[in-house]
Amino acid sequence: MSAYIEPMVGRYVHVDIDGTLHRIYFEEAGQGIPLVCLHTAGSDNRQWRYLLADEEFTKHFRIIAFDLPWHGKSNPPANWDGSEYRLTTKRYTQTIRAFCNALDLDKPVVMGCSIGGRIVLNLAIDHASEFRALIGLEAADFQAPWYDTAWLNRPDIHGGEVCAALVSGLVAPQSPAEARMETLWAYQQGGPGVFKGDLYFYRVDGDLRGRTKAIDTKLCPLYLLTGEYDFSCSPEDTVRTAAGITGADVTVMEQLGHFPMSEHPAQFRRYIAPVLETIKQKHIS
Amino acid sequence: MKKSDPVNACFGQLPALLERDAALIQRGRFCDVDCLLGSTEQSYHVAIRAGRIIDMVPAPVLMRSWTFGYRATPDAWTAFWQPMPKAGWHDLLSLTKRGEATLEGDIKPFMTNLQYFKDLLALPRNTGGAA
Repeated sequence: MSAYIEPMVGRYVHVDIDGTLHRIYFEEAGQGIPLVCLHTAGSDNRQWRYLLADEEFTKHFRIIAFDLPWHGKSNPPANWDGSEYRLTTKRYTQTIRAFCNALDLDKPVVMGCSIGGRIVLNLAIDHASEFRALIGLEAADFQAPWYDTAWLNRPDIHGGEVCAALVSGLVAPQSPAEARMETLWAYQQGGPGVFKGDLYFYRVDGDLRGRTKAIDTKLCPLYLLTGEYDFSCSPEDTVRTAAGITGADVTVMEQLGHFPMSEHPAQFRRYIAPVLETIKQKHIS
Repeated sequence: MKKSDPVNACFGQLPALLERDAALIQRGRFCDVDCLLGSTEQSYHVAIRAGRIIDMVPAPVLMRSWTFGYRATPDAWTAFWQPMPKAGWHDLLSLTKRGEATLEGDIKPFMTNLQYFKDLLALPRNTGGAA
């Protein structure tokens, strides 16, 4: 066979989340330190495909990216009655911990982007001892809203079109056209109301202002990286958040926006490689 | 020359630039709206039908109504139309967030056709913009 087959493998794991069974889709590649990757609101684990295919990283890390329930190939649970989907801080935290437990991961690193970056801060506040390191991309304790989420889910406006069009401005203009297209394609494919439901966590339930000062980076190192073109979670939001966390490592990434791993993988690699190298060296020592 | 003159010149080019972009007209094929677009110093009544600009005249026009308006400062348009705009000046909604632009009126047609309006108003970026 001569065709190139990418190294990641996709499977489903059955996970009990707060008493409800979920069939969670995940892809993984590599061996070593478990590194669990969290996608942005309204998208799915395809955002991490470049990282999963990076053989320099997968030599030392078991990279795992899962789809949250209602996203990508993780269907809603069988008992869903169609009521409005709303992600909460509690449910998001339960989901990540249940997934890590289901795969029996030993002190994984968790890297999340956007809502994934926000929940990483909550993991650092409440569950730091369970993790080897935490990486928040486009993460802040809070950021000012810049649109009304009611526009995202209504029968007279195409949800996929409006979700993708809204976030298109968060992709840096330096992003390669094909990577920009792929990043937006996931938004065009999201289930009705799912992006909006994720933003319930982001906008309403997950305000961490005043709580992040409790983070102990000696217990679990925290890395925060934000793209300069992200005007949703701006570099100022991340720097402000980090200023209240002793020992937090902050990087502003040039020529990147809100979706660094998918919108410009090569540029993102320049910034994430040193972070992963540091985590690897700490593991070895 | 007023600061807004090059910006006005760019707005004047919009109908012709749009006519050269068949994909953008296709994207806006269900868009029919009378809107107010331009700078805080000079705006235009723009009539769009089936994704085409069929009429565009400087405001004010006596008793002419509009459904939604998007207006930014001349400096914001100049920055927005740079070939590689700086962070925070690169998107219509980054301009509203930073207070350099206003989005007013019944914005449903704007939201329904959001990528169309983003791409339409970015067309001068490919022709050198206003500076």
